[in-house]
Amino acid sequence: MHAHHAPQGFIRKYVFSLDHKVIGIQYYFLALFSVLIGVSLSLLMRYHMVNPDAKVGWFGTLWPTAAQGGIMTPELYLSLMTMHGTIMVFFVLTTAPQSGFGNYFLPIQIGAEDMAFPVLNMLSFWTTLLALGVMVSAFFVQGGAPLSGWTAYPPLSAVGKLSGPGEGLGQTLWIVSIAIFCGASLMGAINFIATLIDLRCQGMSLWRLPLTCWTWFVTAILGLLGFAVLLAAGVLLILDRTAGTSFFLPAGLLVSDQILNHKGGSPLLWQHLFWFFGHPEVYIAILPGMGVTSQLLSTFSRKPIFGYKAMVYAILAIGFLGFLVWGHHMFMSGMSPYSAMAFSVLTMAIGVPSAIKTFNWIGTLWGGKIHFTTAMMFALGFVSLFVTGGLSGIFLGQPALDLYFHDTYFVVGHFHMIMGVAAIFGMFAGTFYWFPKMFGRMMNETLGKIHFYLTFLGVYAIFTPMHWLGIAGNPRRYSDFTNFDFLSKLLPVHTFMTHAAYFTAAVQILFFVNLFWSMKAGKKAPMNPWNATTLEWTIPSPPPFDNFGGHHPVVYRGAYDYSVPGAASDFIMQTDPVETHAE
Amino acid sequence: MLLAPIVWLLTIVICYFFIAKTWWFPPPISQHGIAYDEQFMRTLVITGVIFFLAQFALGWVILRYRDDGRRASYSHGNNKWETIWTTATAFLFIGIVLMGTHIWAAVHLSEPDPHAVPIEVMAKQFAFTFRYPGPDGKFGHTDLKLVNDAAGNPMGLDDKDPAGKDDIVSASLKVPAGKPIKLILHSRDVIHNFFVRELRLKQDIVPGMEIPLYFQADTPGTYEIPCSELCGLGHFQMRSTMQVMSEADFEKWKQEQAANK
Repeated sequence: MHAHHAPQGFIRKYVFSLDHKVIGIQYYFLALFSVLIGVSLSLLMRYHMVNPDAKVGWFGTLWPTAAQGGIMTPELYLSLMTMHGTIMVFFVLTTAPQSGFGNYFLPIQIGAEDMAFPVLNMLSFWTTLLALGVMVSAFFVQGGAPLSGWTAYPPLSAVGKLSGPGEGLGQTLWIVSIAIFCGASLMGAINFIATLIDLRCQGMSLWRLPLTCWTWFVTAILGLLGFAVLLAAGVLLILDRTAGTSFFLPAGLLVSDQILNHKGGSPLLWQHLFWFFGHPEVYIAILPGMGVTSQLLSTFSRKPIFGYKAMVYAILAIGFLGFLVWGHHMFMSGMSPYSAMAFSVLTMAIGVPSAIKTFNWIGTLWGGKIHFTTAMMFALGFVSLFVTGGLSGIFLGQPALDLYFHDTYFVVGHFHMIMGVAAIFGMFAGTFYWFPKMFGRMMNETLGKIHFYLTFLGVYAIFTPMHWLGIAGNPRRYSDFTNFDFLSKLLPVHTFMTHAAYFTAAVQILFFVNLFWSMKAGKKAPMNPWNATTLEWTIPSPPPFDNFGGHHPVVYRGAYDYSVPGAASDFIMQTDPVETHAE
Repeated sequence: MLLAPIVWLLTIVICYFFIAKTWWFPPPISQHGIAYDEQFMRTLVITGVIFFLAQFALGWVILRYRDDGRRASYSHGNNKWETIWTTATAFLFIGIVLMGTHIWAAVHLSEPDPHAVPIEVMAKQFAFTFRYPGPDGKFGHTDLKLVNDAAGNPMGLDDKDPAGKDDIVSASLKVPAGKPIKLILHSRDVIHNFFVRELRLKQDIVPGMEIPLYFQADTPGTYEIPCSELCGLGHFQMRSTMQVMSEADFEKWKQEQAANK
């Protein structure tokens, strides 16, 4: 099936491209650009937290009102925090692992020539870019970017600039951007689902899919169900702000000496809608990383994945249970304490498939013949971070313990470990693994390993101390710790974390150098540099426009036939029809 | 391969700080706080053992199964092991949460003490105000239109209501030691949060809702109350204190407040 022909001009080829590979790379670079903004914001935040009164000339130049005279105001801090969270969650963690790598490799791994709906695919990328533009523009309007956090809880987010600077036009732009992003994600989700269901090549039964494809598929389903709800919630919030409705606003509000005329709404309604999306979003960010990790652990230990079916069931269980646990974000919200009990049991239940995955990863490595490529190092780092970040969830999932930990740095440490850095390690792993296929050249392994080790130590140094701060009761979202006796004593820990953040951010220069240098001057990549089995390694690097050069691949086996006894080499391609006694 | 010792080293450093308790909870001041710490330690020991074993195992397989010229073993998995670890984690995780439910139930589900000392908490951007009903035991009527922070009426107390004449309004929380307390949480603008570390208690204060919070503090002292739900630009300085005093001191304080009205 030829969905469309190879385009000729530059614009159709690289800008408004219908080719899933170009769109995947576009998404990847959108995420890369976003991560630069997101990390810069976090460095400014970390600087301010330990130097709240410092005068920095260029702060004043950048933000003449919010950092008048070069001193960052608390409201500017909160704007940076809101935008850091939003940009990282939506434009980095949601785009690169799924829309970036997924777009590029899902069709190839299932033997398709493109996504099911190439035009929709192009639209979804450009809509995402538009959303990013609208989001960033919030920095430049009067009052600046919103300060209500990435969770945008009303009434703070719903009553306009009465509740703070940035809550005027800045907050409106934030909601509009998120709504646009939801639209884009819905288009992407439909496309992924249709592609996986309809375009698998001959022989590619569901049980032969690489685990990456399973995670992209389940992530797409989560996106379809989650973003639809967030879109609706966003529309209601806009109406509360601009049309005088009261979905989230109760009666009896007095904000900045002004009595508001709202009545009948509930701030908790927003929280339910938001987290109904927000919790699955965590899995949207992490599932593709789990897929990549599974794929790499098997490939580089030259062993079949341990418990393939158990892994698939675990992915499905995580996807399903992911929609039943949103209430654990709301244990302290004032919702019924009975429902907290139900949500906590369901939350613990979702720990089970996560544990299954970890056991199976160790089982895959067990008895293997491990090749320490940079890609593999990041996959191993992912496992370590996933364990660390997952275990702190056992504390937070208990409403009893959340009575203390809610909204402390313990939470910040937990989610940065698991959905932040673990997911980003998944992206690094994917980058080092697939770069040769995407750009036809190899990345530098030495530079890659130095980058890996320093980053691995760096992220532990930043995020582990957050757990101790949480145990000491340090609330999150504070711009300054000098007003409380108990917080002043914790300042040395914050200073340490700030320096660790500078260090880790500086180390990322190595990655950028490696990425761009290798694109230009890396060693030429062969077709299958890792001796891997899946379909993308049966075609040239980089692949031709229609992926398989007019040839229709046929699949004869699962994706993990490594070190099969009696086979000629230690891997058998999925397209290899040779009979072995092992299946 | 260097990764194995690095993972182990990180594991040991992390375990050390959890054992040394370098940065830790303040001592609990209530029965609930003691029960809380027990549940925390139970969870810490269980997760700590899993953490140590999992990271140690990761390091071990990295070291043991590095490419040294052997052929990798061939296995697609083992259903017996899958069943064992699935069942074991399910029991363990669900077990932990069930062991802690009585703590949650004691805070939120138990029969409230009708003799608990009622105190109203009003949160606003960016301050807490506390109100005591006075000798008549009744809170006076309030009205948003009467709110005047500058004139010292953040609650909007109505002078015309006789029940409100004896109400005591305070910027800090004073409670008698060893007596059950009932906080009635209100917000007049955005969501705030009441948190006292030493009580091991936290509760959002939501506009439009009246949320009760029961506790009993046993150890006299002064404890900080940091707002713990993002409420705007002054969130980081939204602070009050809770002073736990002997019953006699508490009564004396109330009388002083009434006399100063």
